[in-house]
Amino acid sequence: MDLAYTDEEEEFRARLRKWLARALPTLGPKPPPGDWPGRRAYDTGWQRRLYDAGYGDVHWGASPTTRLIFLEETERAGAPYVGANFVGLLHAGPTIAAEGTAAQRERWLTPVLRGDEVWCQGFSEPGAGSDLAALRTRAVRDGDTYVVSGSKIWTSHAEVADWCELLVRTEPVSAEVPRHRGITWLAMPMDTPGITVRPLRTLAGSTEFAEMFLDDVRVPVGNRVGEENDGWRVTMVTLSFERGTAFVGEVVACRRVLGELAAHARGTGRWDDAVLRRELGCLAAEFGALWRLIQRNVSEAQAAGGVPGVGGSVFKLRYSHARQRLYDVAARVLGGAGALDVGQQWTLDRLSSLSYTIAAGTSQIQRDIVAERILGLPRGK
Amino acid sequence: MDFRLSAEQRALRDGTRKLLEGRFGRQALRAAVDGDVGGVGGGGVGRGGRVGGGGCIDRALWRELGAAGLFGLCLPEAEGGVGLGLAEAVLVFEECGRALVPGPFVATVLAAGEVPGAARGETVVTAPFGGLVPWLDAADVVRGDVAGAVALDSVDPLTPLHRLPAGASAPAPVPRTATLLYAAEQLGSAGRTLEMAVQHAREREQFGRPIGAFQAVKHLCAQMLVRVEVARAAVYAAAVTGDPDETAAAKLLADEAAVQGARDCLQVHGGMGFTWEADVHLHLKRAWVRAELSGERGEAEERLAATL
Ligand SMILES: Cc1cc2nc3c(=O)[nH]c(=O)nc-3n(C[C@H](O)[C@H](O)[C@H](O)COP(=O)(O)OP(=O)(O)OC[C@H]3O[C@@H](n4cnc5c(N)ncnc54)[C@H](O)[C@@H]3O)c2cc1C
Repeated sequence: MDLAYTDEEEEFRARLRKWLARALPTLGPKPPPGDWPGRRAYDTGWQRRLYDAGYGDVHWGASPTTRLIFLEETERAGAPYVGANFVGLLHAGPTIAAEGTAAQRERWLTPVLRGDEVWCQGFSEPGAGSDLAALRTRAVRDGDTYVVSGSKIWTSHAEVADWCELLVRTEPVSAEVPRHRGITWLAMPMDTPGITVRPLRTLAGSTEFAEMFLDDVRVPVGNRVGEENDGWRVTMVTLSFERGTAFVGEVVACRRVLGELAAHARGTGRWDDAVLRRELGCLAAEFGALWRLIQRNVSEAQAAGGVPGVGGSVFKLRYSHARQRLYDVAARVLGGAGALDVGQQWTLDRLSSLSYTIAAGTSQIQRDIVAERILGLPRGK
Repeated sequence: MDFRLSAEQRALRDGTRKLLEGRFGRQALRAAVDGDVGGVGGGGVGRGGRVGGGGCIDRALWRELGAAGLFGLCLPEAEGGVGLGLAEAVLVFEECGRALVPGPFVATVLAAGEVPGAARGETVVTAPFGGLVPWLDAADVVRGDVAGAVALDSVDPLTPLHRLPAGASAPAPVPRTATLLYAAEQLGSAGRTLEMAVQHAREREQFGRPIGAFQAVKHLCAQMLVRVEVARAAVYAAAVTGDPDETAAAKLLADEAAVQGARDCLQVHGGMGFTWEADVHLHLKRAWVRAELSGERGEAEERLAATL
């Protein structure tokens, strides 16, 4: 049990801090939430700055501990998080790095790191959410192309993406082919004819995800990562990344918000409400412990050669609920009118916190994972 | 940074577990509970809170644990201790909590080096914590003012309790190390009730399958694990940093894990969970007791709020 960082890690932290202190003041203002092209430019521009400074590949090139320090420091300094680069840096990129050929790595990885290309994730379908293996989007081989037809849904950043990591069915389910077989992972250029993207409005009013209709979209066979029909296994590589260190910066941010809530409550007199004050105290305990849990998961991942384990599910379960609780308390700190005013950032954040127990595997699915894979309880049907 | 247990720490934990399993296994636990209080657990319907074993401390066990270094863990070797840190103490106390070993361990460990014989397990020491005094009649030495303490009918059959008189001066704050060690015991208890629940969920069948195949049961167990792991991170971190605020957080999270874990474990056991015979209630009752001894919850919450 050692919470001290090595000299090397502390040097990395100090260097990064110094760089951030110089780089951040030159960063322009963040575009409004609705301005997707503006946000894409902002997010990719920042990624390019990181790349030029030698921090571009910290999400996959660096050790888990270095990545932890990077995420902690960038969030502390108020630097942008991955934003539109999320899928490229945290899903598709790591998958290609792990499963792609040398030529594929060459083609796709550097543009992600340089902030030149944005990826989205086309996994979920209207009939395949939690039950992802029920996906039905078909890909039929025609010479050296796949012809893809079907529809995807909840595709974040689809409107501004250059590439989509797409899961398709290449072998229909049958007595011989179980559902998890017959799935293939493809990189689909988003400007291919036959793709229609229809933005969906979230309950927070933004349009951050979309429906995607695919009508005889021709994708070269060379864009397949992994073997045909082996896409399920290829995909599982990515999903563990998503639950690994993806939320580190957010926990740092939540702890900052807690401090802001306390300051606000002191200013308005709500701090005198002992029930509210103690709830804030409980949340301080909660997020402090979540930070320690991250450090433990990172230590495990570091020892396991960088592979995040099921500890990510434990963390995600607790964190997503803690975040919702945080913004429920924020509503009490704001008080009646403020809690109903979406002009207040905390109210807006309260709305978006509602997605946390759904996206990236719902809480129910995470509990199944914890119960079956960690506790060894019998699998459901 | 490597927040995992070191090889030595794992060995210490495993060794302590083995020692306690051998010396205070289930049979010993039940004998202590049902000991010489006629009827309770045997035929008669005992009061929920009768002290078993007459409130006696098993002196042989106490000396043996002393000889194994349990009480002098954090005492420098030059003073007859083991010279380990709080992190190691926490691992050992986690095991004590898991095994439900009875006795005023926390007060005795705090007294090691100051009260002769405490470190060796020859002197049993108690102290008032949060207005309560555990094991007052059985202890050889009492550290602190317990004038006018009144015995109460303790809910936990293995922790006799006295209450300090109301209206006397406000109870002294619970020492930080005591809070931490109680939190470690809570963590051990929470880990144990999780294991008990999972084992039962795998074995007990209803509707033609193990009840652990039902999602409602499965999810109770998953939530228990989440609480245990969050509490573990908090308790271990507080032990490493020694920070008073992190200790308060560890208390809150470990109390939650132990109390709610025992309740969920009870639920998973069905009617069996409501019996005197099952061990679940022993964990729940002890968890309630520790949550009081380790300091008032509101105080911990206020301390943390004040850091914001
Ligand atoms: C903000 C946001 C962004 C997203 N971005 C993307 C993206 O970029 N790309 C992408 O592919 N997908 C994305 N998703 C989709 C996301 O992965 C799915 O919403 C999620 O997996 C749940 O699927 P579903 O919406 O179909 O709900 P369903 O699976 O229909 O679930 C509905 C309810 O039933 C419960 N349920 C389902 N199955 C079980 C079961 N076996 N046991 C118990 N309860 C069950 C669920 O927990 C849930 O409460 C995004 C979602 C959100 C909210």
